Amino acid sequence: MPKLKPGDLDKVAGKVKRTMLMREGSGRSKVIVHMGTCGIAAGARPVMKALMDEMESRDVKDVLLTISSCAGLCSREPMVTVEMEGKPAVKYVDMTPEKAKEVFVKHVLGGEMIKEYALAAGSERTF
Amino acid sequence: MPHRANVMICTCTNCISNGSLQIKEALEKEISKHKLEDDIQVVPTGASGLCVKGPILVVQPDGIFYQKLKTKDIPHLVEEHLLKGRPVESLMYVSPGEKTPIPELREIPFFKDQRLIALRNRGMIDPDKIEEYIARDGYKALAKVLTSMAPEAVIEEIKTSGLRGRGGAGFSTGRKWESRRKMQDDMKYIICNADEGDPGAFMDRSIIEADPHSVLEGMAIGAYAIGASYGYVYVRIEYPLAIERMELAVEQAREYGLLGKNIFDTGFDFDVEIFKGAGAFVCGETTALVASIESKPPEPRQRPPRTALWGKPTVINNVETWANVPAIINWGAKWFAEIGTEKSKGTKVFSLAGNVNNAGLVEVPMGITLKEIVYDIGGGIPHGKKLKAVQTGGPSGGFIPERLLDLPVDYERLQEAGAIMGSGGMVVVDEDTCMVDVAKYFIEFGVDESCGKCTACREGSDVMLQILTRICAGEGQEGDIELLEELGQAVIDASLCGLGQSLPNPVLSAIRHFRDEYEAHIRDKHCPAGVCKPLFQFKIDEEKCTGCGLCRKHCGHGAIQGESKSPHTIIADKCTKCGACYDVCTFNAVTKVANSVMEAAVSH
Ligand SMILES: Cc1cc2nc3c(=O)[nH]c(=O)nc-3n(C[C@H](O)[C@H](O)[C@H](O)COP(=O)(O)O)c2cc1C
Repeated sequence: MPKLKPGDLDKVAGKVKRTMLMREGSGRSKVIVHMGTCGIAAGARPVMKALMDEMESRDVKDVLLTISSCAGLCSREPMVTVEMEGKPAVKYVDMTPEKAKEVFVKHVLGGEMIKEYALAAGSERTF
Repeated sequence: MPHRANVMICTCTNCISNGSLQIKEALEKEISKHKLEDDIQVVPTGASGLCVKGPILVVQPDGIFYQKLKTKDIPHLVEEHLLKGRPVESLMYVSPGEKTPIPELREIPFFKDQRLIALRNRGMIDPDKIEEYIARDGYKALAKVLTSMAPEAVIEEIKTSGLRGRGGAGFSTGRKWESRRKMQDDMKYIICNADEGDPGAFMDRSIIEADPHSVLEGMAIGAYAIGASYGYVYVRIEYPLAIERMELAVEQAREYGLLGKNIFDTGFDFDVEIFKGAGAFVCGETTALVASIESKPPEPRQRPPRTALWGKPTVINNVETWANVPAIINWGAKWFAEIGTEKSKGTKVFSLAGNVNNAGLVEVPMGITLKEIVYDIGGGIPHGKKLKAVQTGGPSGGFIPERLLDLPVDYERLQEAGAIMGSGGMVVVDEDTCMVDVAKYFIEFGVDESCGKCTACREGSDVMLQILTRICAGEGQEGDIELLEELGQAVIDASLCGLGQSLPNPVLSAIRHFRDEYEAHIRDKHCPAGVCKPLFQFKIDEEKCTGCGLCRKHCGHGAIQGESKSPHTIIADKCTKCGACYDVCTFNAVTKVANSVMEAAVSH
């Protein structure tokens, strides 16, 4: 291991920064994949995997990716909820890995909600 | 690739002894069964503080807190929460007397009212990974002082912060450093005192187990400030996990060049060694500690001259003191000095123990009242009992009675009340505790731990113990209280180190605040709390007894007789006063009756 210089601390920190932010429960926005039995059966796990890949390949550090249970609309699973700071939460339905990636890039990173995929904006907040 | 969730499992010594390693294993097994290895990471951490409820774990990013886990709970927990996202209510924390569980750690009063500086990384990092410490601003303070601050400026910053030693005496850390800075010598030493001998205290162990680098970074900053290049971490051998984590931390810091030669390319050299102490209480005293490192008998000596390892200028600070240092450098002396009271700045870590619902490790701002600690954070007294006193400072400390519970935690105020801040032991005592018996416990500790060098401490503590033992046995004599007071003062005056100078404190403060209880033992041969067995007898109240026979079945000595459904009686000659009948009776029919009352009844 190379000897550190003062400026190297941030580099070392950068490698685990996203993990640390996640533990602090803080981030610019939160993406929730609904993983009830219904969601899993409908394909929520590949959706989650796609989102994780997206975070990794784009080196996104300040987004919290987490799961929650069935959102109550089992027929439209897999579902993903996007919570952006200071904005009402948006629920996306009938997600596929491809659509989820699109949501991630356009909405979570770009700030533009994708109307065609969205069920409704302003639903109840999850914890 | 980072995972989507981290399961932070407490692997402090307490939780490990409650089975947290088996829980960790079960978690890993279930996680792989559901093929969630890429999604979920299990992270071992140091103590979260609420370890009486252990084993505990926290799921991040949601911050859900689970307690009292058993391996059989794990399959359900993994499937429900980690796979399907449904937190499991039945494993969550419930406040005493309440029914609704509190899911999130940050909402639980125990955690909410704490303020973490020394324990800033607890439960947040894996103590075995230096990268995680670095990601939470670790070693930034060291980089800052080495690249942009003169040693004098560092000392000034620590002085301005008002930081005082957390090991007991509360001496100004900045002033201690300043005096060693001014000494000219070719070699100086830094020592971290992790001897932690107070019974029931585990603050320092927890800090090292949870965050060893915070201590190392503090020591390196201190070394730079006074001009030292070598240090020792003095840990008692009874702390194997703390030693293991500290050893690994030192190794990792060396690999990154954060210990060793030419740190951060600034020409500053500093390295440390871990010294394992044999675990005598007196070795926490600085001159004895230094003697122990020098392979001499660990007996305190007269000061001055100042404590000096191998005769060289030496700064010894407590674990918690060191852990505060990087935070002060990072966030500034002014920030630190705004927390606390006029003369006691920052926070203090206490190990809260005794008759309190949420026993555990708490870090609170100075100035908080004892009442807030016991009731808000500690969740009050179990079984609806009344609080009698709070003991702070361990065997060197004293009792604060219930009526002074609004006292703020502050070095001077605690001392005025006859106790001390000490290193952070805090024992809550309820109405069922006898103040003679509990003082006797502390003196016994002193008798065991006195090194024997000073006659006053060695013999005086022993005589005090004999008197207390006599009082508890109902053989107290008129004048015993005054004798205890006189002897106590003599031990304080004639002992050369802090052990003897403080050992009588628990007795003296118990007498000061609970004199009537001592008098009751001596004059009336009565123990008001019903603890001293020679002073009372168990008796069954005929009116209340339903003849259920439960006490008879539980009595291991055949001392209870009675027909089913008619009142039972205790045969005094056979009764060993084990108290089993008293504990099992659901009708409160078994009572403790003072001998004096019994005798009066007989003579009528
Ligand atoms: C009998 C005795 C035991 C002590 N045990 C400890 C101990 O275990 N840990 C500790 O830090 N200080 C202990 N001290 C206090 C130390 O002598 C010393 O004051 C302290 O380590 C200085 O560090 P600080 O200024 O950071 O508190 C003890 C003192 C006495 C008299």
